Amino acid sequence: MNLDLDALIDDAETRIIVTCGSGGVGKTTTAAALGLRAAERGRKVVVLTIDPARRLAQSLGLTELDNTPRAVAEVNAKNGGRLDAMMLDMKRTFDDVVLQHATPEKAEQILANPFYQALSSSFAGTQEYMAMEKLGQLHKQAERTGEWDLIVVDTPPSRSALDFLDAPERLASLLEGRFLRLLLAPARGPFKLMSAGVNMAMSVLNKVLGAQVLTDVQTFVAAFDTLFGGFRQRAEQTVALLRESHTAFLVVASPQNDALREASYFAERLRAEGMPLAGVVLNRVTNTEAPELSAERSLAAAEKLEEADKSPLTAAVLRLHADKMQQVVGDHKRAERFRRGHRAIRTVEVPALADDVHDLTGLRQIGDLLTA
Amino acid sequence: MARLHVVTGKGGTGKTTVAAAMALALAEQGKRILLVEVEGRQGLAQLFDVPPLPYVERRIAHGPAGGEVFALAVDAEAALLEYLDMYYHLGRAGKALEKVGAIDFVTTIAPGLRDVLLTGKVYEATRRKVHGKLAYDAVVVDAPPTGRIAPFLNVNTEVAGLAKVGPIRNQADAIMGMLRSDITRIHLVTLLEEMPVQETLDAVGQLEALDLRIGSIVVNMVRNSPLDDDALALAVKEKLPAAELTRGLKAAGLTIGDDLVQTLASEAHDHAIRVGLERENRDRIDALGKQVTELTLQPDGIDQGTLIDLAEEFRA
Repeated sequence: MNLDLDALIDDAETRIIVTCGSGGVGKTTTAAALGLRAAERGRKVVVLTIDPARRLAQSLGLTELDNTPRAVAEVNAKNGGRLDAMMLDMKRTFDDVVLQHATPEKAEQILANPFYQALSSSFAGTQEYMAMEKLGQLHKQAERTGEWDLIVVDTPPSRSALDFLDAPERLASLLEGRFLRLLLAPARGPFKLMSAGVNMAMSVLNKVLGAQVLTDVQTFVAAFDTLFGGFRQRAEQTVALLRESHTAFLVVASPQNDALREASYFAERLRAEGMPLAGVVLNRVTNTEAPELSAERSLAAAEKLEEADKSPLTAAVLRLHADKMQQVVGDHKRAERFRRGHRAIRTVEVPALADDVHDLTGLRQIGDLLTA
Repeated sequence: MARLHVVTGKGGTGKTTVAAAMALALAEQGKRILLVEVEGRQGLAQLFDVPPLPYVERRIAHGPAGGEVFALAVDAEAALLEYLDMYYHLGRAGKALEKVGAIDFVTTIAPGLRDVLLTGKVYEATRRKVHGKLAYDAVVVDAPPTGRIAPFLNVNTEVAGLAKVGPIRNQADAIMGMLRSDITRIHLVTLLEEMPVQETLDAVGQLEALDLRIGSIVVNMVRNSPLDDDALALAVKEKLPAAELTRGLKAAGLTIGDDLVQTLASEAHDHAIRVGLERENRDRIDALGKQVTELTLQPDGIDQGTLIDLAEEFRA
């Protein structure tokens, strides 16, 4: 089944598009190209990217990392649309959450805590939480002010695309966990109320971490406690939002086995979670306009020329075509196998381009290919 | 001599494949090499076509030169329990931590601790001795991607900043000491494309700022062009002589449509543009002044046979 992306972006009921997939498949470019196309067809769009290529970022005018959406210049607005874009700054997003939801004294305490600083800037996993947080914020802002009617989100380049989905749930389950309660307990009440097992665990922590570290952790957790409730609630809201029919997930995969396997996992997972999968973009599929000249014949012809010592240029060009045909055949075989294995999933195939995309013209071209 | 090789690269550049090929290349006759995976992806098991690796070091391959390659998928939870047991002799108490959810905590709110445990395990395996001899002649780590490699390797400095004294502090200092020492080398895998090259350059800067040593840049999936430089220059300008191509195709006995010449010329044009971009990217890599290793593209995918081929390219 064919995936009609113009129908998707033209549908006013589509409010959120999430692009996901493994690293290096062209997720960010796809998100940006769709956002631009939607804007030029009259939608009011904001694109949230996580880690765009430098040239792509420049093409969207993302030179500043100030964590707020900025209007993209030179977008054709004749249909009444607009395009804003922003790059996620995870530390800043985290800080903003703290500042917004804690009292000034408490916020100051948290921001200065060494554990908070490590957690918010350098530790893995935070990016996923913060991408969800930012999506929630943008959605609220869109509902309130009406400045956008479509949010396009690019997901973080995780080791697995699934981390993005797991982040809020993991956070929520952590907050219900006993360990957090345990760390909070000494700050709240007498130790003696705890069981022998808990006491043993505390004494282990004391021994392993040292008393000073434990105190720091406890202070941090206690200061953070009030925030956690809000975090969890918002994470759950964001997950609920992702289940609504206004949301469309778009899985991007290149026609390589790893990327396709990841795309299968992801599609399966979305189905299990009841999250709406619009379809799969089979990206960067090698194409040729001379499929009738097979790799074998092309190579044989090249060898014939080389043996006869005739036109080395033609021989080289034929070898090039043979290489290309091998890729064409391989890409199409893998893409076809994916489609056969997932008949219920809509797909669209995007041919590979020679050059990297680095300006709006390039993004428009991708937009055309996505909807051809 | 370098004994701890840390392999990183942007997602999609083939860092797991390169790490495996490097381990095979290092496996000279009589040598024992440990290949470590830290991201819980079971990429090594897939690569070597074996069942998922448990948290146990087991032999998975022989190098082309006769040595042995062992593999280990480090699991942070298991590493934590092992660590507590090893350094604190906490058999039962370790279980108590698991019960109250401390282990979950490690992997969620403090994912950095995960990195502490993973680097700790690498440290332990690298310096482990059996009967007075090193257990492994070299350790190759399939490390987190370039975007995360600096914080991953530097996590123990962060820890040292948090724990001013105590056993954790000592351990953190010892791990950083090894990672910064002459036995450790970091290898960055890249493709000749804009994003991976940019990430490589960024990561080299970050790693060197942390006093970590770069071993080499591995340019992966290199395709040699059948066109020579003159032909490439013509193709870029869309000036390949159509008449010669027409004659050539005729001489080759190909009588397919009139458009074929044009199609082949336009394929050559696209190819020449890509080669040009690849060369720009290669120049940016060369400007780093590091050792560069090229590995050729394996068009039919990676299996044990192609891994051996890549290992031979490494040894060359």
